[in-house]
Amino acid sequence: MHKASVVIIGAGPAGLCAAIEAAKAGAKVLVLDENLKPGGQLFKQIHKFFGSKEHKAGTRGYEIGVELLKEAEVLNIDVWLNTEVCGIDKEKNIWAVRNGKDAVHIAAERIILATGAIENAVAFPGWTLPGVMGAGAAQTMINIHRVLPGKRVVMLGSGNVGVIVSYQLMQAGADVSAIVEASPTLGGYGVHTAKVRRAGVPFYTSHSISKVIGKEKVEAVEIVALDQQWRPINGTKKVLEADTICLAAGLSPLTELAWIAGCQFHYIPELGGHLPIHNRYMETTAAGIYVAGDITGIEEASTAMEEGMLAGINAAASLGFYSQKEKEQLSAIVWDRLDALRCGYFGQKRKTAKERMISVGKKVIG
Amino acid sequence: MGRIAEHPILGEMKSSKEIEIIVDGKPYSALEGEMIAAALIANGIQTFRYTKHKGPRGIYCGIGRCTDCIMIVNGVPNVRTCITPVQDGMRIETQHGTGVWKRGDDHA
Repeated sequence: MHKASVVIIGAGPAGLCAAIEAAKAGAKVLVLDENLKPGGQLFKQIHKFFGSKEHKAGTRGYEIGVELLKEAEVLNIDVWLNTEVCGIDKEKNIWAVRNGKDAVHIAAERIILATGAIENAVAFPGWTLPGVMGAGAAQTMINIHRVLPGKRVVMLGSGNVGVIVSYQLMQAGADVSAIVEASPTLGGYGVHTAKVRRAGVPFYTSHSISKVIGKEKVEAVEIVALDQQWRPINGTKKVLEADTICLAAGLSPLTELAWIAGCQFHYIPELGGHLPIHNRYMETTAAGIYVAGDITGIEEASTAMEEGMLAGINAAASLGFYSQKEKEQLSAIVWDRLDALRCGYFGQKRKTAKERMISVGKKVIG
Repeated sequence: MGRIAEHPILGEMKSSKEIEIIVDGKPYSALEGEMIAAALIANGIQTFRYTKHKGPRGIYCGIGRCTDCIMIVNGVPNVRTCITPVQDGMRIETQHGTGVWKRGDDHA
């Protein structure tokens, strides 16, 4: 059996920031991640981040990843890669499989779940054919593995992932034939959307994919216009040339471990559905178990990092590494930065939804 | 399909040792350390398996969660190729159906 004071599950932006803060406070930290490399999805983010200087704005995602790993190394944080967590009980025992074969038991005093999210699928005839993939999958292929999954891409979804990955596909040498958006309005930040538009990519708003043309793989895509109730309009079908279709229809939090650990959930559709209830200190209803990042609701890497810090600070404080006063002060600083990130047209919606969660958390947890 | 040798943000691809993998009995070149799925895409292969209903499948999530890209690797079925690195001489086969695990110590 292994022991650690704070065990963090997930070595993405939230998990690494949680680890760094908890270690800085003096806790013995262990980070577990199922992947072969740490960093979560940061290393495929080659665009510059938003926010202010404290949010590392203007820095590209993978550069932030390098910085966080360096910091974690300096602090001697233990990171176990290729480690899949299979179970957590209420006494905070963790069962995991290392390297696909060794079963390990870890007794944790505090656990921080930073498991992230998965891309949503969209089903239409032919969506299982080779050539249809998540936008994040295409991004992984081009920016991490340096291979181009296709030459001519149709992107479904105009949110930030859709427009950013479209642009990155072009940087990697692909043509983007179109961005198809079911809503009448575009979903991404203006700066990203404008970049793609300037590059000549047509947007089809109030449109969706009706089917894939091709038997063995994607050969073309049929799209159709939608009415105000999002129903296909007869006689509006149109065929676009493509060998690849990328789906950018949002993400869903990876909450399995929070369910297993017995956390109570609350449904907030704007943040991705059923989410572990948490308070402003990122504590869940399961004593000693904290959450941070996309598992608490779909946002961005920058907010995930701040939430990670909150969870790390508060997990350490609950072990006596900070006084009540220090904990409140340190948390307030992070909350100021979070509030600054959750502003503007898109941020305000997330902020309001988050406030609902925090008020539920306050009632249930304290 | 193919490799992205030059990239406006990421620069030139860092050089890696070339190794050989065997896909459905034919030799292909791959780069040491890369994932099987990446090596296949670099070689223009996009169909990795067929379901038991004979539906073709390729990569879908690319990060080891969806299991759409599973293949038979060194005799072991249902290997997630997007998160499994290539090795020199690795035998990779298109999987048909759900795959049959061998018994005992045959696992790689």
